[in-house]
Amino acid sequence: MVPFARKLAQLGFPDLTAERVNILQVNLGWRCNQACRHCHLAAGPDRPEQMGRDAIDAVSAAVARWAIPVVDLTGGSPEINPHFRYLVERLSQLGAHLLVRCNLTILLEPDHERLPEFFRDHRVELVCSLPYFQEDPVDRLRGPGVFRKSLEALRRLNRVAYGREDSDLKLHLMYNPAGAYLPPEQGALEDRFQQELKRRYDIDFNRLYTLLNMPIGRFKEYLEKSSNYDRYMGKLAAGFNPATVAGLMCRNLISVSWEGRLFDCDFNQALNLPLVEGLPQTIWEFDLPSLERRPINLGDHCYGCTAAAGSSCGGCLAE
Amino acid sequence: MSHYYEEHDLERFSEIGKHCPELFDYFMNYYQGVMAAGALTVREKALIALAVAHAVQCPYCIDAYTRAALSAGSNMEEMTEAIHVAAAIRGGATLIHGIQVHNTVEKITI
Repeated sequence: MVPFARKLAQLGFPDLTAERVNILQVNLGWRCNQACRHCHLAAGPDRPEQMGRDAIDAVSAAVARWAIPVVDLTGGSPEINPHFRYLVERLSQLGAHLLVRCNLTILLEPDHERLPEFFRDHRVELVCSLPYFQEDPVDRLRGPGVFRKSLEALRRLNRVAYGREDSDLKLHLMYNPAGAYLPPEQGALEDRFQQELKRRYDIDFNRLYTLLNMPIGRFKEYLEKSSNYDRYMGKLAAGFNPATVAGLMCRNLISVSWEGRLFDCDFNQALNLPLVEGLPQTIWEFDLPSLERRPINLGDHCYGCTAAAGSSCGGCLAE
Repeated sequence: MSHYYEEHDLERFSEIGKHCPELFDYFMNYYQGVMAAGALTVREKALIALAVAHAVQCPYCIDAYTRAALSAGSNMEEMTEAIHVAAAIRGGATLIHGIQVHNTVEKITI
């Protein structure tokens, strides 16, 4: 396999650089009430990593100082962080558009049942994980009982008008494959999810995003144990699509880890692949002009974002 | 060669074009045109291909179209139904030929 950086250079992108920073993606910690088999961070209930109040305040300060328009909160389960509500309230006051990546089942956990109303009151846009409209693939990927709980969580969100046609409260679903294969075409799958979730469960949502399983973390372990790694990587490399490069998410976001360190994306964070040398490395040093046109720190996992229709936290990158 | 069917031979499919490249190109263009979305979706075509793969009992095609069906958003329920369609048509086709037995028996017996 040709190293990803060399592949880009061969195609006329010798130094992939960011174009802007209009999204700050904040990883509030690797603790999660689930332990999904594909998780690139190997998140779970026993993980101790949680963003502390000092880093939370530094996030708010950076958003305020540089007028960053969009803040994307992720984890683990970001809602588990004890400062989650404080951060949402602060960012909401600053006028930032807020995205929360929600695993759905957290809404059924004790002390979190009022989250739908909290999200609604702060106009949070939700991106919720639901990898299929059937129980078996979801439970195999995300744990026994997760599908039924996810449906209940979606019903609760629908009840406060999330995802409803006449509402501006956005509820998007995130699909990822339940194994070593690439995601389907996003538009066609969205149509099926809309039909099936409505017909079977009377559930509404806005958009479906497809996300490829990145060959790192727990998913890499699965690929290696099942002897799928080489073939999967070969498929990603062979599927390289130059049309995806312009929209790569690293070109318009910065990822902040639970420790307050800066990365080009959440996957680089999982691999501990920091921003290139000479750039600000922590949220306390955040300096927009020096980060906007930064060179991206690349690895072979980047083939995961450029294969076929491409992949990002906002779904596919090319049709 | 340890087996007639080698898993990695599937990746060598293009070698069939070695001695008749023009015919292979005709085939590949036709094949790709057939499998692209049209009046049927890519998922529906993958399910038909999976059923046919079982009917012709091609292990390469079964492997390839199991993966293709999943990658097109299908699921075990749909794939299993597609295999049953293949089984039903094969079974029905076997049984309908039994009428030839009836006809022949009718013709040659008193």
